[in-house]
Amino acid sequence: MEFLNAAVVLANFVLIPATAYGAQLALGALGVTLIYGILRFSNFAHGDTMAFGTMVTILVTWWLQSLGIGLGPLPTALLALPVGIAATAAMLLVTDRVVFRFYRKQKAVPVTLVIVSIGVMFILNGLVRFIIGPDDQRFADGARFIVNVRDFEAWSGLQEGLAIRTTQGITLVTAVITVALLFWFLNHTRTGKSMRAFSDNEDLALLSGINPERVVTITWIIVAALATIAGVLYGLDKSFKPFTYFQLLLPIFAAAIVGGLGNPLGAIAGGFVIAYSEVAVTYAFKKVLGYLLPDRLEPDGLVQLLSTDYKFAVSFAILVIVLLFRPTGLFRGKSV
Amino acid sequence: MKKLLMATALGAVAATGAQAASHGGDVKIGIIFGFTGPIESLTPQMANSAELAMTEINDSGKFMDGMMLTPVRADSTCIDSAAATAAAERLVTSDGVKAIVGADCSGVTGAVLANVAVPNGIVMISPSATSPALSSAEDNGLFFRTAPSDARQGQVLANILADKGIKEVAVTYTNNDYGKGLSDSFISSFEAAGGTVTLNAPHEDGKADYSAEIGALAAAGGDVLVVLGYADQGGKGIIRAAYDTGAFDRFMMGDGMFADSLVNDLGYALEDSFGAVPWSEGEGTKAFNEIAEAAGVNGDSSFTRESYDATALIAMAMQAAGTTDSNLFKDKVMDVANAPGEKILPGELGRALEILADGGDVDYVGATGVELIGPGEAAGTYREYTIENGDYKTVQFR
Repeated sequence: MEFLNAAVVLANFVLIPATAYGAQLALGALGVTLIYGILRFSNFAHGDTMAFGTMVTILVTWWLQSLGIGLGPLPTALLALPVGIAATAAMLLVTDRVVFRFYRKQKAVPVTLVIVSIGVMFILNGLVRFIIGPDDQRFADGARFIVNVRDFEAWSGLQEGLAIRTTQGITLVTAVITVALLFWFLNHTRTGKSMRAFSDNEDLALLSGINPERVVTITWIIVAALATIAGVLYGLDKSFKPFTYFQLLLPIFAAAIVGGLGNPLGAIAGGFVIAYSEVAVTYAFKKVLGYLLPDRLEPDGLVQLLSTDYKFAVSFAILVIVLLFRPTGLFRGKSV
Repeated sequence: MKKLLMATALGAVAATGAQAASHGGDVKIGIIFGFTGPIESLTPQMANSAELAMTEINDSGKFMDGMMLTPVRADSTCIDSAAATAAAERLVTSDGVKAIVGADCSGVTGAVLANVAVPNGIVMISPSATSPALSSAEDNGLFFRTAPSDARQGQVLANILADKGIKEVAVTYTNNDYGKGLSDSFISSFEAAGGTVTLNAPHEDGKADYSAEIGALAAAGGDVLVVLGYADQGGKGIIRAAYDTGAFDRFMMGDGMFADSLVNDLGYALEDSFGAVPWSEGEGTKAFNEIAEAAGVNGDSSFTRESYDATALIAMAMQAAGTTDSNLFKDKVMDVANAPGEKILPGELGRALEILADGGDVDYVGATGVELIGPGEAAGTYREYTIENGDYKTVQFR
């Protein structure tokens, strides 16, 4: 019983929130890593790409809601997601034609492209605020909980409650499906293989007759899907605010770099490493230990390794340590 | 240094006297608010309200035997102390203002006070600076505010908990000067009353994930989570996450958390939660709303009442002292604001000036029920509310 209580506390405050957050970061980091692997630059506009996709999804969600169309217990936003992905893909392709292709033709060095992406970031930033405004938007509907704290306590008779939000469940399921599809695509289709070949060695890929523009187009479409899915899941689980998405850029890049830039597996691992380190290292283990240890050993203090003020410091400390000992990241990406 | 200061002050006094004589019927009052910057949406209404009081006084024709008040606006920027100091310096040295209504935000107010008002000997009445630090600022008796200090709010919050018999709370505050000041003052009052704070954790605004903060706060425990943040920022995310994970069922909220949008979005989580917000009501507020509406000024906006009162206090103190010299009329500000004397509501400034001219005494009630305490700051009335059925319900005024 004591052990169960401890496990439930840990799950409720550390495992479940960190897993959901990690999945959202992982999807974001996958987009960053794909662009880095294939287009060879760090796309700073990624956070705002997520905001753009989420914005379109929200607008469509509102329209569907006004028509009375819904998915029952699931959020209506899932229905609007394909439209959001399509709009984001169109936006990214236009941006590529108008901006990035020019610099690609010039064979511009990656740092130029990074600066260009910062310009794109500011434009998207303004565009999103212009259309939907800088405020908080809620668009989640349907059932809020899979497991409700109060019901769980009544049902299990434990002292501690467990909550699993519907959005957390959806986040995990969607993330697993998306990642499975992505890996299947990269490893088992001709296009996917040509993308990997292009990423490994551009010149060899060109010699073997791979059309670079096609690879680039498909990359942007996949990135649009990943960014929109990550953004919508994050918005459903927390809330949508353009500024928050802009700030997401930091943990997402940290995740991609820790895992190894350009390596999709690394992006996923990195997302979870960052999320868990933010939540677990600053967690106060008083309650958990209180249940596990005999009464006379019960801690008086909070048993908190670091105050929550330092949660961002933790993820960046991990980033620095990883770069010191494995400069290409945990999963051997490209060097940064 | 001291001698130099004295000399400067004397020089300023002489200069003011000379200017008053030369200008005859014109008394300039500086209005220094952040017309650009984070609260630029509030300041135009605040300045309009301050000017509303001046117009009312000028129309009465009773101020200092027919002298006229003229507003001079300047931009405090709310956040840039250097810019605010420069603007205030210009007001005093180049425009020759006799008193300042402002500044608005706590940081720039402290800077203007220390760098301009005190060296030049100019009275400053701020309608909106709430930082507790300003209570102990070195001001030579020149600084007043018609907004209550957050130190007072901390006490009010502690009293609410004491009345409810709640002894153990966890606190989270927004990580800036406002949040830190308010949490410090709340915790010291609460602990002095015998309460225990299990954990005092800051949260950053503009982040959507607060799992780490909630985890720590939940482990620390407590009967109530005290949220001293902003309703449209991190405070909201904290409450949502705390309720969803079952970490806390009940919340107490500071004034930054008072917003209709909060109960609209999170009404289900806030049932039986409570808090406090500065409030003014009664005949003074009603009278102010009427004259503001008649003059086409938006009197419902934040700190408009306080701005009107700040301006009225300056004019009445000058009238009572019979001079526009800050170093002389600064002692009269508390007299006209507090009892004894005739009660004065907004719209009755002409009558107040008449009473003062005849050597009588007034007790200015104004739009906010002005009562200056301690180092010259509003006692402040707070509305204690609870949330029932997704709506704010007044419990009492404190």
